Amino acid sequence: MGLIAFTMVIPFLWMLSASMKISADVIKLPIDWIPDYFYPDNYKVVWNLDGMGMRNYHFALAYWNSLRITVINVVGSLITSALAGYAFAKIKFRGSNTLFLMYLATMMIPTQVTLIPKFVMFSHFDLIGTIYTMILPGVFSVMGTFLMRQAFIQIQEELRESALIDGAREFTIFRRIMLPLVQSSLASLAMVIFLNNWNNYMDALIFLPNWRLYTIPVALTNFFDESTVTYNLVMAASASALLPVFIVFIAGQKFFVKGLVAGAVKG
Amino acid sequence: MALSKQLRTDLTGYAFILPNILGVVLFFLIPIVFSLVISFTDWDFTWGIGNWNWVGIENYIEIWKDGWFVRSLINTIILSFGSVFFIIIFAIVFATIIDAQCYGSIPIRLAMFMPKISNIVAISIIWVMMYSPWGPVTQLLQGIGIENPPKFLGSYTWALPAIIFMMIWSGIGYAVMIYSAALQNLPKEVYEAAEIDGAGPITRFFTLTIHFLSPTTFFLIVTTLISMFQIFAPIQLMTQGGPGSSTSVLVYYIYTSAFSFYKMGYASAMSWILFLLLFSVTLFQWNYQKRWVNY
Repeated sequence: MGLIAFTMVIPFLWMLSASMKISADVIKLPIDWIPDYFYPDNYKVVWNLDGMGMRNYHFALAYWNSLRITVINVVGSLITSALAGYAFAKIKFRGSNTLFLMYLATMMIPTQVTLIPKFVMFSHFDLIGTIYTMILPGVFSVMGTFLMRQAFIQIQEELRESALIDGAREFTIFRRIMLPLVQSSLASLAMVIFLNNWNNYMDALIFLPNWRLYTIPVALTNFFDESTVTYNLVMAASASALLPVFIVFIAGQKFFVKGLVAGAVKG
Repeated sequence: MALSKQLRTDLTGYAFILPNILGVVLFFLIPIVFSLVISFTDWDFTWGIGNWNWVGIENYIEIWKDGWFVRSLINTIILSFGSVFFIIIFAIVFATIIDAQCYGSIPIRLAMFMPKISNIVAISIIWVMMYSPWGPVTQLLQGIGIENPPKFLGSYTWALPAIIFMMIWSGIGYAVMIYSAALQNLPKEVYEAAEIDGAGPITRFFTLTIHFLSPTTFFLIVTTLISMFQIFAPIQLMTQGGPGSSTSVLVYYIYTSAFSFYKMGYASAMSWILFLLLFSVTLFQWNYQKRWVNY
């Protein structure tokens, strides 16, 4: 079984190996899994350190763009989802069932359906090529609202009722009593939203035709689109994109797995 | 003025969901309605908003005469069902073996899970190189004595299987993870009883494990199918739907129709066909869950 798992990571090992080679060695046969000649300067070219390389790929800028879009969207979705999830689970306001049904219905619609209208809308308001195309829709998550509702609904009703009788305001109950109780659901949701945003390729491709706002997935294709593809650089860039995520994943694997399992229920 | 209790509850409730509802209306509800509306028009984006002609259900009829659309739909179905079939078989076997062995199961599962959390763009790029004439896949095939391995992504016959293989590789880890979680909850007594009755590990796998895991299998088939129907990045990056139309898929064709040719009405109609495809899988899940899942 260890062998099968090893076979499955071969593509990643090959990526690392190729990223450390000079470009002639990448296509040399038979394959040298451990390069004869280590050439870590590929990473310097990708990151434009010491002014090496023919051109600046602005990879650090892409990292920064991905990071800020992801952080804003994770924080934003957690807030909007927790607030709405709490209301749907605990506050008996009129119309809540109808509204929640509407949410469930939207969950059935694939994102590709809303892509064209969003593009039209953003073009109309001259927002294409700005960060708003990613964060305005990004700070809302229907799936997140659904998951947070499920988390809050499991908390005993008496907790809220006794606090209400003591004269606490709804928002105070939410913030001081309820939120701490759903911490692990919040963490799982954060992981899933992080992953979705960090790896979001299609939206960035369509909404951000502006190199100053390229995110990592789009920036990666830059290394790939050139007429002369430099394979060692492409691999160094891919490795640079993947390694931090692997580290975050291994550090937070408990929440990741729980979140992905829960998120998958949505489909 | 004192507000009635119910009115106060209503106001509090709406205050909590207000930010969320704004977003859902603006970025989900209005776009959904808009998409449905323009799918009944011949709208070309370059004509400007509002300059469209109503064509009724013409788009929904025309697409079936469009060879590229039909091919993309067939490819999407082949790709989805093909990869899901193998993912389920491999994952159920791997998860059972991992569960049976005592140590190393966490690193093994993590290793298998890596593709799932990796950027799909990076994955696609790596696999373009894996399949290149000097890449490991071609080398391996030559190593085991196949003289002229196919030019995978450049071959009309082999491009789609090559992508299916890559999707199997990237999808197994998640399925193994879910199966492993399910395996923790199997009734131990039944297994012990079977062992006493002389059933070997293979018999137990076929008679007990597959049976007990059927709800998980069902769940995995549905969710994996839904995500495979929406495959886009690997196609756009690895083959651009080619050679010919041999690897074109639904979402890729929607993308090119809308954002290369600006045929927004036509593309929207196709996106609703995609919705119907996903919806039918969900309906199937609702209706057949009880009959199919025998435990």
